[in-house]
Amino acid sequence: MKKSHIIGIIVIAMAIGIIMTTAGDASTYVSFGDAIELAKDGNSTKVHVVGRLKKDDQGHIVGMHYEPMKDPNYFAFTLVDTNRFEQRVVYFNPKPQDFERSEQVVITGNMQNEVFVADKILLKCPSKYTENEIQTNTAGI
Amino acid sequence: MINTLIGDFGHASVIVAFVAAIVASYAYFMAARQKTEESGDTTWRKLARGAFYVHSIAVVAIIFSLFNIIYEHRYEYYYAWSHSSNHLPVHYMISCFWEGQEGSFLLWMFWHVALGVVLMNAGKKNKQWEAPVMAIFSFVQIFISSMILGVVIGDFKLGSSPFILMRDFMADAPVFAMDPNFKPADGTGLNPLLQNYWMVIHPPTLFLGYAASLVPFAFAIAGLWKGKFSEWIRPALPWSHFAAVTLGIGIMMGAYWAYETLNFGGYWNWDPVENAVYIPWLVLVGGIHTMIAYRRSKQGLRATFILVITSFVLILYATFLTRSGILGNASVHSFTDLGLSGQLFTYMMAFTVLAIGLLVYNWKKIPTTEKELSTYSAEFWVFIGAAVLCLAAFQVLVTTSIPVYNSFLGFIGIESNAALPADQIAHYTKFQLWAGVAIAILTGIGQLLWWKKANKKSFKDAITMPLMLTLLFASLVIILSNKFDIFTFKLDNPVYILLFVVSLFAVFANFSIILGLLQKKITLSGGAVAHIGIALMLIGILFSSGYSNIISQNNSGMLYSREFPDEINRDNVLLWRNTPVQMDRFKVSYHGQFQEVKGVPGYVNKELLYQTDDMYKAIARGNIQVKDKVYFETGDTLDLISPENTYYEVSYASEKENFVLYPRAQVNPNMGLLASPDIKHFAGKDLYTHVSTVPDPNEEKDWGELQEYEVSAGDTLVINDYIAVFNGIEQIEQVPGVQLAEGDVAVQAAMKIMGERKNYHAHPVLMIKDQMMGRVPEIIEDLGIRITFLNIDTENHKFKIGVNVTQKDYIILKAMEKPFVNILWIGTIIMSIGFVMAIVRRNKEGNGGEGKVTKVREERKAQVA
Repeated sequence: MKKSHIIGIIVIAMAIGIIMTTAGDASTYVSFGDAIELAKDGNSTKVHVVGRLKKDDQGHIVGMHYEPMKDPNYFAFTLVDTNRFEQRVVYFNPKPQDFERSEQVVITGNMQNEVFVADKILLKCPSKYTENEIQTNTAGI
Repeated sequence: MINTLIGDFGHASVIVAFVAAIVASYAYFMAARQKTEESGDTTWRKLARGAFYVHSIAVVAIIFSLFNIIYEHRYEYYYAWSHSSNHLPVHYMISCFWEGQEGSFLLWMFWHVALGVVLMNAGKKNKQWEAPVMAIFSFVQIFISSMILGVVIGDFKLGSSPFILMRDFMADAPVFAMDPNFKPADGTGLNPLLQNYWMVIHPPTLFLGYAASLVPFAFAIAGLWKGKFSEWIRPALPWSHFAAVTLGIGIMMGAYWAYETLNFGGYWNWDPVENAVYIPWLVLVGGIHTMIAYRRSKQGLRATFILVITSFVLILYATFLTRSGILGNASVHSFTDLGLSGQLFTYMMAFTVLAIGLLVYNWKKIPTTEKELSTYSAEFWVFIGAAVLCLAAFQVLVTTSIPVYNSFLGFIGIESNAALPADQIAHYTKFQLWAGVAIAILTGIGQLLWWKKANKKSFKDAITMPLMLTLLFASLVIILSNKFDIFTFKLDNPVYILLFVVSLFAVFANFSIILGLLQKKITLSGGAVAHIGIALMLIGILFSSGYSNIISQNNSGMLYSREFPDEINRDNVLLWRNTPVQMDRFKVSYHGQFQEVKGVPGYVNKELLYQTDDMYKAIARGNIQVKDKVYFETGDTLDLISPENTYYEVSYASEKENFVLYPRAQVNPNMGLLASPDIKHFAGKDLYTHVSTVPDPNEEKDWGELQEYEVSAGDTLVINDYIAVFNGIEQIEQVPGVQLAEGDVAVQAAMKIMGERKNYHAHPVLMIKDQMMGRVPEIIEDLGIRITFLNIDTENHKFKIGVNVTQKDYIILKAMEKPFVNILWIGTIIMSIGFVMAIVRRNKEGNGGEGKVTKVREERKAQVA
């Protein structure tokens, strides 16, 4: 066998290894129900959950807790996932700015002791890039 | 009044550019045919050149029109309205230009035009390349100009025009129904994160890299097309170097911008947008290596074709990823989706299919050699190096494409819920770190074999010195870091030690090559210099990322939820105003909010600024002086540079040094609060500080209950635990922000409050204006108190003041140390210098005939001897 063939085989083997590892490392978008199931099975893999903030009838966010004077690294809130399952989420970081304005929240983490511990929060704010209103009151012609 | 002329002119230019690109492409295609070339007929070529020049002029006209729209604040155009605003300085107007997709396509087109013109004129000597290469250039331009064409035929939309008017973009908005000529008075402004000088030069550099990577691709395709399977490498090689260095510098500029402006605490976040450029760069660098190896040993031509073509296809893939909206949740900073995904996909597929088709068709004709490569030949190691680079690129590609798999599976009807790895840094590091180790070893060994005679004995001689130096230096650093507290870290992780040792080896091995070339021909040492740069970058990344140390650990002992006591990092500290906190070896304190004022160096305390109704104007409440120089006096009107920006003064004090940092937070109506760090650079490390949260500046302060005090001149009282003295009252002529008419009276109280750090003077004002009582309270933010002058009891010479107390101002801060991050930047510069040296050298070879190359080869042999 030629040397170049051996190297070719090694390269292909490594490429397959990369694909396998990536498949293993890749996370999934799940519901809180699945996340709880995973935790019950002793699986501490981190997952992605997509949800909305819990709001009351007037549209006010409920269950949000952040008191920087007591502990700046503790932020807790209630997230409602796509199956309308409500789950308490804890984030050991300061409250992300603009959190209240978010339309959709994507969190990464896992269930620990009855709460979902998030280590990453991604906010989708409706007004962030789509500007569909023009303020006419300040406008002159 | 609406100016539609400039937009029509711009739009017409787009159409001209599009049509001219089609003509140029077809004419160059005809000129490149065998028949035309043999007949010596130059009419097709003349036509093609003319068409390409028309295309070039049209592109410049588009750019002129779009920039004019931004520069003249023509908000009747959507592009100006959505990307610019009245207060934007000129250099950021340039950034506005390419903030939108359309502008960045224009930038890309512009560079293609510039490179095309250079190629048309520089290629006079080897005329045979002009027609086929330029045919591909023009063909690419057809696709890109179609992206900004903005032609709608029925339901089919071709491109998105930057010259669309507001009233057409928002046809439903009621204001246009009332008045079709309505023009907004101000734009919505440039994304504040892009208001950074790096964003003025980073995109052009990156797009120049994108554009330059077309050159080797065009040559490779021309080679396949014209059956000149090996001749294309010589003219393409300097261009490949040029593409690699501009792309590399562009990537690093983006990294530096992220380091300076974003607050994720580093320069690289493995965001798909960053990865999208990193992948083709790795492949392109791999391609350069196989090209160079082919030039010397006539081996690896097929691999070279594959790599050069792949790198360009990956550039197109990067474009598709960042602009089609396919990344969705996965990226924080891709472009707005313009609904061009179909067009982008066509663009990518057209070139992929064309290139792969040509390659497969000609595969058997590409010359190969049957010769085995010896393990002691440099080329062998160069090929291994290229393979490592490609594997590294492949790994990033596989992970970055996860959102694409979801979309693709969804497209064919299978639901997929795959997400990017939860811990991306750990995931990528797992592979890229080992790729770094392999590359460092290979650069050392490969370069030594390349320049020394390829046999066992001389190789041993060559490697001994660098190896000894490496071991010596590495042990020194390891011992110093572990046994003595010289550095802020302990180098004890075996994997990190390995990367450090091999990178050092790469530095010393390449340095020994430079020393060897010093006496002979230093111009040949570009490769060695670039490799030293890469090795230094690896060292810089290793220390700054591997040993990044968060010093703002919360040690207050006040914690919620003790159920997770150990594994959770509590990386943020609350700082009350003027209350120092011990962080690591620093005593850190927060001293208030500052702003930038035009004409004053540094920052001005907000307490000295009286805000007017115009956001961009303020009145000085006291003399504004820096050191001994007074820049403005009380009552002067000041221009604020950017009122959205607040700088938080944070002072650091340790036994060795004292310094002040001003991390920034921006309040933006569209994007909320954005924090940017301030970085203190030391020779051996950077101290990186940013605010994580501040009290919401738009929220009304809760001032608590008003407490009234009756005092007379000279009285002392206690306000919110601070001692205050009431000195008396005086009449004043002017009240900032108030127009006093005849008959109006204004008096102010003079009070002194003794704070922790200094004494504060409060002057609450009481006035009678138009027979009405008016009060201007004085707020001392530092102490969280507001004093109002309520009334005067003229009979008893008593004065009534009211005091409200609020929570003191605070910030939540995160600070970290990044050791030796400077080595990364220095390495980048050295790498670039190496590349430039190589361009100069390869360009000389490219212009000279074969004879010169043999001369170089003889020189090389002479060095070896």
